[in-house]
Amino acid sequence: MSQLDLARLQFAMTSIYHFLFVPVTIGLGFLTALLQTAWHRSGRADHLRLTRFFGTLLVINIAVGVVTGLVQEFQFGMDWSGYSRTVGDVFGAPLAMEGLAAFFLESTFLGLWLFGWDRLPKRVHLATIWAVALGGALSAAFIMAANSWMQRPVGYAINSATGRPQLNDVWALFTNPVFLRGYLHVLLASLVTGAVVMLAVSAWQLRKGSTPEVFGASARLALFVLVPALMLAMLVGSELGVTEGKYQPMKIAGAEAQWTTCQPCSFSLIQVGGGKNDQTPTKIVAVPHLLSLLATNHWNGKVLGLDQVQSQYQQQYGPGDYVPNIFIQYWSMRVMAYLAVVVLLVGLWGLWLVRRGTLGTSRWFQRAAVWVVVLPFLMNTAGWLLTENGRQPWIVQGLQLTRNGVSPSISTSTVAISILVFFLLYAALAVVEAILMTRYARMEPAPPPAEDASVPALTY
Amino acid sequence: MPLATFWFILVAVLWAGFFVLEGFDLGVGMLHMLVARDEPGRRAAINTIGPLWDGNEVWLIVAAAAMFAAFPDWYATMFSALYLALVLLLVGLIVRGVSFEFRGKVDNPRWRRTWDLLLTCGSVLVPFLTGIALGDLLHGLPIGQDREFSGSFGDLFPPYAVFTGITLVLLCLLHGATFIALKTTGGVRSRASLLARRLAPFTALAVLAFLPWTHTTAGKGVLPDIIQLLAALAVLAAAWLVLGRHDGWAFVATTCTMATTILSIFTNLYPRVMVSSTNPAYSLTVDNSASGNYTLKVMSIVAIVLFPVVLAYQSWTYHVFRLRVSPDQFSVPSEPTPE
Repeated sequence: MSQLDLARLQFAMTSIYHFLFVPVTIGLGFLTALLQTAWHRSGRADHLRLTRFFGTLLVINIAVGVVTGLVQEFQFGMDWSGYSRTVGDVFGAPLAMEGLAAFFLESTFLGLWLFGWDRLPKRVHLATIWAVALGGALSAAFIMAANSWMQRPVGYAINSATGRPQLNDVWALFTNPVFLRGYLHVLLASLVTGAVVMLAVSAWQLRKGSTPEVFGASARLALFVLVPALMLAMLVGSELGVTEGKYQPMKIAGAEAQWTTCQPCSFSLIQVGGGKNDQTPTKIVAVPHLLSLLATNHWNGKVLGLDQVQSQYQQQYGPGDYVPNIFIQYWSMRVMAYLAVVVLLVGLWGLWLVRRGTLGTSRWFQRAAVWVVVLPFLMNTAGWLLTENGRQPWIVQGLQLTRNGVSPSISTSTVAISILVFFLLYAALAVVEAILMTRYARMEPAPPPAEDASVPALTY
Repeated sequence: MPLATFWFILVAVLWAGFFVLEGFDLGVGMLHMLVARDEPGRRAAINTIGPLWDGNEVWLIVAAAAMFAAFPDWYATMFSALYLALVLLLVGLIVRGVSFEFRGKVDNPRWRRTWDLLLTCGSVLVPFLTGIALGDLLHGLPIGQDREFSGSFGDLFPPYAVFTGITLVLLCLLHGATFIALKTTGGVRSRASLLARRLAPFTALAVLAFLPWTHTTAGKGVLPDIIQLLAALAVLAAAWLVLGRHDGWAFVATTCTMATTILSIFTNLYPRVMVSSTNPAYSLTVDNSASGNYTLKVMSIVAIVLFPVVLAYQSWTYHVFRLRVSPDQFSVPSEPTPE
């Protein structure tokens, strides 16, 4: 493998790992804030117990999310100095804003929330968990603005002296249609992830049956958030597909392994082959018109084939191969979408049981709800593979090729050492995190404090 | 003032802020096993920084992001040149960050001891390696005309940079010891105070040697400039106050020492941001590595609006957690543990 391949592998590995924790933090942060608000309003001890129970899971998650985020920030300079040098003028701005506006907020108020139980007035303490949730959501906004700029660069002009893009309209970064849809999609996906984690833990506890009244409440809350959030996420995701199809036709054509232009286009539910060396795949199941509808919002919409976009790009950017890895595109899209349907069905099943009042007794549902917890993580990963792999071979669509973004001074062995170090460290962290999460998820929630006693802080 | 200079100052202030705030966190991390003989004592030491360390560490993230946004060339050259040192630094930061969270989550002495050791090691690595990184900026690294690093791993460790790392480790130790003495009670407090008194002379000597070395490395002669004079006075005051057992004032003095010592690296660096040892003409400067005027203007507005807000709520946090932490608070396990 070349230095470029290794640098890409390292970025992919560390980003995927980091993004296992981010959506849990955002989603569970919001849900914990909701639980504490419920406690604030109702004064019921159950709500307090749930707040502290899920707050502990949230904090174990945040710890790993924060430290792995550091690696992401450093890596732009370490592995991608060509990229950072060229686009730092535009790309650096949202990152710095993220630090100032979101990271400080999230981490400072997390400390206040954890340690402030017995120091702050109840109302102020409630505000601190909302500040943590807001910080997480804001942080994602700036990162998505930066990422969306890589998908569809806006608000810049090329400096004729340096040949580098320079920001000339910061507002454009935040009105970028790719950003607006992409950010909403990520927020909704985070809610889905947080809700599924909460649902799975509650289902496990319900199965154990020690405190059914407590975890029945959290299971219901999780379901009420999960189903609408997932439906919206699917809708926004499909809109995002249409938007990206406009600016990055390769991404969408690649996701369908569609080599020739078609109108109307059928959607292949499952197929064999269709890669670069096998351009006529065997479609096992195909739904007529569905691809046209998904990619363009029109029944008879035209979808450009990979071959045509490739020849267009060669005319525009010079000779080269502009087709991303089709296998990853095709399957990441399907893994994301199909698993979403599975999660949605489980969610609807749960809502139906809530309506019948048998959520606490349905063993089959409780068993299914526990295992569903792995799906959102696969979906999130697949979603990022779809959007990032689909941008290749560009690091910034139309502006810089990935191979020109890599650090020229770094040797292959240096990156190899670094990958090895991070791989081992991350694997160890994953084991510890898994042990702690399951341990705490299976714990009985702490008994409520006596009526007149203050609530103790969650100290180290 | 040109905006690029304003951003250079802001970057310097962010680095100084990081060391002032995270400095005592790092010190606590290095010392928590020494200042306490038992679990309640260790928990007391760690809980002095419990609510604070995460917010303090963000200063580093923002310092790096500010460099990226305002000086993309500086960020790109520095981070790629220091590659393997930064991998180690990240390992230190990661291990340290999760240690706080994980150590108390399982009630088992071996588990806690593992995380205690990792917390200690991580806390030593972080100031040592960031010190080397800052020292390298001023000492110079082999950087070509293309602004790319052309040296090898060994080039990252010139004696001056290594000494910068050692000085910062010592400063963090003293800063952390005075912080624990200020924020705890009983045996933990007296042991921290004793450690501070032992550390003070060595730290003062290191800083007093570091200042002229910095000045000569920058090619500005031995006589100190005003910031360095302040740093020298501050470290002498710190040593004197520590030895006189004035907890509060000693901490004020170590804070001033930390701030002026870091700032003195940057004042000696200016107007360069990263020196090339290959050829002074290849050095990166404030002007030749800054972003465009529009970006700097936007970021200045953002910083001027948000920075005071951040300072306000971080100060409020310090006010909320102003009380001393007593080991007695932790003598009975306050958290339920799984079977």
